[in-house]
Formats: sequence, C-alpha cells, structure tokens
Amino acid sequence: MPETPTLLYCRCAYAQVVPSGVKNAVLQQLCDSGASFETVSDLCEMTAHRDPRLQELAQCGKLRIAACYPRAVTGLFQQAGAPLPEGTEILNMRSLTADEIAQQMLRTEDEAAPAVANA
Amino acid sequence: MITHTARPLKVVLYEGKGAIALPAEARLKVMTALLDKGYAVARVTATGTQTSPPQDDHTLLLLGSFPERQAPALEDVTGRVKIEARDITDLDAESIVALVDKTRGEKPMNEPGKWKPWFPVIDYSRCTNCMQCLSFCLFDVYGVSEENKIQVQNNDNCKTNCPACSRVCPEVAIMFPKYQAGPINGDDVSAADHGREKMKVDISSLLGGDIYSALKDRSAAAKSRFSKERSPDKALDERKKCLTKLVNDGFIPMDVLASLPSPDEILRKSEVAKARAAAALAAQPGAGAAS
Ligand code: SF4
Ligand code: SF4
Repeated sequence: MPETPTLLYCRCAYAQVVPSGVKNAVLQQLCDSGASFETVSDLCEMTAHRDPRLQELAQCGKLRIAACYPRAVTGLFQQAGAPLPEGTEILNMRSLTADEIAQQMLRTEDEAAPAVANA
Repeated sequence: MITHTARPLKVVLYEGKGAIALPAEARLKVMTALLDKGYAVARVTATGTQTSPPQDDHTLLLLGSFPERQAPALEDVTGRVKIEARDITDLDAESIVALVDKTRGEKPMNEPGKWKPWFPVIDYSRCTNCMQCLSFCLFDVYGVSEENKIQVQNNDNCKTNCPACSRVCPEVAIMFPKYQAGPINGDDVSAADHGREKMKVDISSLLGGDIYSALKDRSAAAKSRFSKERSPDKALDERKKCLTKLVNDGFIPMDVLASLPSPDEILRKSEVAKARAAAALAAQPGAGAAS
C-alpha cells in the first residue's frame, strides 16, 4: 500500500507574500476535508531560528507541501539542516490557484501526480 | 527584538477518536487565528497520517470538543513531552487563542507583524561556492562551513528588504523568499535572468569588490579606476553615489545606505571577508579556482 503523505500548509504569516485569497481558500479546503494535516505559521521564520520542528517534518517520510516556490522551500529546509526527502511535492501558492493546490494536496495516492508539483 | 525560540507549544486540533468534530466554520476560524498569531497547528482526524510527537521537550496542547466537555488526561510514554488537553466546545476563536497564550505562559515566541524573516537562502543546486557573496556582504551574513562550503551564518545581520548580494551571485543562486519578484523569490531562473544578473556583477563589484582594492591601491598610489588624483574620501563618495543610485532604482533600501560601516571599518571588513573567502577557496579540492 502506498505511504500516505504528510500534508503541510504554510501560512506565510510573517511577510504575507502569498496572496491571502489563495492561502485562505487552500486552508478552507483542507479544513473542509476529512484529512489530518500540519500547518506552520511561516517556514522562513522557522528556518531563521533553525526550528527543530522542521527536522520533524523532514523526517515524516513523504511530504506534500503548500507554500511558495519549490526552489525557495527546498532551500529553506536545507538551510535549516533538515533537507527534504526525495519525492517531496511542493505546491506554489504564489502561482497556482487555490483549487489546483487543494486538489493536489488532497488527491489520493492512486490518482496521478500532477505536472505542477515539484516531484 | 528577535527571539531565538522555536515554537514553545505544538497545538493539535484533535478531531480523532473520542472527540466530536468541530463545526466547519469554527475549525477554519481557529486554525486561521492561531496561525496568524504565530503558532504551528496540526489537525488530527481519524483518517490520514497522525501528527508526529515533538522531538524536543515542548508542550503538546491538544484542543478538542470532548463528550461532557471532559478533556482526557494524557501522558507521553517517554515522559519527555508534557501533554495538556483542553475542551474548547462553544469557545470562539478569540477565546481559544487566549487559552493557548495562557498555556504558553511567559515563554517567548516571535509574532507576525513584529519582524520580517529576511535573509538569503542559498540554492545549492546552482551555487558553485565561488565566495563572491561572502566577499561582498558588509554585514557578515555569510560564512563557511567546516567543509569550506558557503553558508548563511548570521541571518539576523541581514538588512531587511536588501537583496543586494543576490545581484552579485554569478549563478543566480541567492534567494530571498520574501522578495516580490523572481528569480530572487525562488522562481525558476531563465536564461535571460542569468544574463541580466551577471551584468549586475559589474555594479556590485564596484561597490563591494573592486572598490576595496581601489581604495587600498590608491593609498599605495597604485593605478586603478578611481585612483590617481582622487583621494580615498572621494572614492568613498563615489561608492555612496553608486549606492544612492541603487537605492533610487529600488534595488536596496535607504537604511542599508544609512547603516554602512565607517570607511575604515569597510576596508577592514572587506580584508577579513576576502581573506576568509580566499582561505576557503584554497582549501577546496582542486583549489586552482581561487583568484
Ligand atoms: S542582503 Fe545585504 S545584508 Fe543581506 S546578506 Fe545580502 S548583502 Fe548582506
Ligand atoms: S556568490 Fe552565488 S555561487 Fe558564489 S558562493 Fe555565493 S551563492 Fe554560491
């Protein structure tokens, strides 16, 4: 059976560069689903402080992240000493629509992986 | 003032076995309120992967709507994590945030709005370890690891909204995730970006690289772009002018200009940074690259 990924949502609360309409709608759809998920207030802020929670998250096995540009998210985790596991999917709330993101975040493992995610 | 405390609390919105699911609207409101206050929150339902227990000694605060409003007494089998549970039936988002704040107590935590996490993030898939960023930054943000690899070491020293070093990097490998425009914000780097950024190295080297040697050469009466009849003071004026242009072009904020160290300090710092960069380059395998 395929491993269920841990879902992680970043609120980008410390500078608000992610459009608020998108991040609110993504959170709403996650909340409306029956899924368990993790949220953080701001990945940049956690990296700035080498927050040990990033290690925990990177060790989850399989991750699907709704945050911002995949290059930035990958760099943030690496800089915090918590490199992301291979196969982590990163969905960019700065460029995709809330529906696209929610759909990919909540898709079941047997549905096809998206072209938009950073595999 | 920035505190260096990781989240002192892990908050779990518990809707799994033994709890009553929250009304949809209340769930969204409380998640939003807690996140916007700076907390990390996990939602746990009967489905999906369960949240991982904290690996540090932080408190785990379980919030849920429980039968007869009776939150269960929970204990971590390892005894490391303090687990507290609270019933939140009928509480509004504001009261729940107050309850979480109270549980956190005096433990400090950063809060959104009071500080912007602004620091360079290196894309190691692009970085060639050339050390230009280390030589350039006047605020000691960069350093080298034990393996002589470039590292962001003092991110609190970085000047908010200044992406100057990203313009020096010949590989477009420096990102500022809170920057508005790409590729500095982490967006993909196009061939055009690569060319454009490379051009900027010239301006930057004038400010951060060559200018130091220019000043030094000048005092030694050597030839340089700025030297000959010009005094070090004039060269520093020149530097300021260039920086002012960068400010006017919206490249770097005014306060970076205002917070530049004194001329002597700039010279000293540049020598130190250059020596560190040169040492790191020389120590690399196949070190011929040091120039
Ligand atoms: S943005 Fe400015 S202060 Fe920050 S690392 Fe780059 S050059 Fe240094
Ligand atoms: S300037 Fe760019 S390529 Fe050179 S060490 Fe710094 S990040 Fe790496």
